[in-house]
Amino acid sequence: MCGIVGLFAKSPEVEERLGEHLGAMLVQMSSRGPDSAGVAVYRDPAPGGWSKLTLYSASPHEQWAAVRDELRDAFGDCDEPGIRASHAVFVVDSDADAAQTLIRERRPDLRVMSAGEVIEIYKETGPPEQFAAAFALEDFQGTHALGHTRMATESRVTTEGSHPFSTGLDLCLVHNGSLSNHNRLRENLRREGIEFQTENDTEVAAGYLAWRMREGATLEEALDGCLTDLDGFYTFAVGTADGFAVLRDPIACKPAVLAETDEWVAMSSEWRAIAVLPGAADAEAWEPQPEVVYVWEKEKV
Amino acid sequence: MAVVAREKAAVEVVDLASTPLRELNRRLHDLATAPGPAAWRILNPNGAHALACGLDAEIDVEIDGHVGYYCAGMNKRATVRVHGNASTGIAENLMSGRVIVEGNASQSAGATGRGGLLVVHGDASSRCGISMKGIDIVVGGSVGHMSAFMAQTGCLVVCGDAGDALGDSIYEARLYVRGSVAGLGADCVEKELRDDHVEQVARLLDAAGIDADPAEFRRYGSARQLYNFKIDNAGAY
Repeated sequence: MCGIVGLFAKSPEVEERLGEHLGAMLVQMSSRGPDSAGVAVYRDPAPGGWSKLTLYSASPHEQWAAVRDELRDAFGDCDEPGIRASHAVFVVDSDADAAQTLIRERRPDLRVMSAGEVIEIYKETGPPEQFAAAFALEDFQGTHALGHTRMATESRVTTEGSHPFSTGLDLCLVHNGSLSNHNRLRENLRREGIEFQTENDTEVAAGYLAWRMREGATLEEALDGCLTDLDGFYTFAVGTADGFAVLRDPIACKPAVLAETDEWVAMSSEWRAIAVLPGAADAEAWEPQPEVVYVWEKEKV
Repeated sequence: MAVVAREKAAVEVVDLASTPLRELNRRLHDLATAPGPAAWRILNPNGAHALACGLDAEIDVEIDGHVGYYCAGMNKRATVRVHGNASTGIAENLMSGRVIVEGNASQSAGATGRGGLLVVHGDASSRCGISMKGIDIVVGGSVGHMSAFMAQTGCLVVCGDAGDALGDSIYEARLYVRGSVAGLGADCVEKELRDDHVEQVARLLDAAGIDADPAEFRRYGSARQLYNFKIDNAGAY
């Protein structure tokens, strides 16, 4: 099982209400994934030369101001953290890699959920409705977003094992399915310097994409590589700073539906999640073909 | 005036925005044993699963919108028309009657169907007619990969193209495709299109209300090398 959703805004009106739409889609996928939920939202780009981190703390009493001070000491400047439930977003005067390396070294108790210039990732155990309320999804504006509701099969129900997974800057992956060669692939990728935080199969796919793109592949080329290098069942939705992509394995047992209007592009495991969007009844809708990479990107200025 | 009023009253309108799905399905199931409205219109399906499943009555059900999984599954006698797209497994295990989809259908349309007619006016996705056992399926657009996988009997008529591995491990179903075939599955071969086949395609297109020249289709079926075919049993299919 598991449910995945993606929404790409084509109009300012949808950008303004991105989080509200995303939350509604996510709740529709509750029956596919009651164990945990998560979203990646692309919004509020960090100023030039700055970067953005989303951090997670297992402690309900986390002193986020101390983390802010640590970042200020190291890099000179850091905005006030944006706190949502167990997560906090820091915009810091540093490149993303240096900032996340510092956090990993000095605060190993915290988890870096995402790093980049625009991405923010939030995820937590529990049903999607509870998640949407706790993280006030309806507040989010942004250009595009992915979401996931998890029914765990390959590893434990934990915050860390929830989707989306990010192992590259501004890159994230949500997955419906299961991979069977993740163990060996994880070892191979570790030798290439890709770091993993869990034993989860989906994180390996995210790491694979990060590795391929680090080596110069485009997103499309990296996704094409999945078709030969990943063994298992998958419908993937991948988010980047500019847009999102969808890929299904050659057998394509895991469901997916795509829909598009003048206002938005949406993908989901089931139509129910798209039906809640404005104008859905008149959207062009189709089932993505296996082994075909579908990409939507903001026009690069 | 009175006549108009009676006709309007004859159509039972159910809005799923306010009526629970199970209540609707229960009312439709009751028609198998008790008399009731012969014409139904369902509003706001919004991708609900198992809508109008297991019907067993000579009724017409019109659904205004897109439906979720297994719509009109196991249907007997009823005519179910979807004014929208259908998700996985539309008309699965159809026994008799008709199911019509005005838009596209997702994977496994008409899977394991034993009789009746399924019409998809748009495209059907992968595994259309998988393990079909007597259903007739007419697709106005194209079908995806592994369609008619292990198809046993019945006809699949595709006015557009067919994806890879068409008719893999097929038994005695008849496959008619007007456009290109990306690839044939194991033991599926092209066969001669004779006059009786053209007539059969014409009859099915007519029943589906789709305008196409039946002579433009090509026929595919089993080479009978993979399964243990005995000519003595040919009449059973």
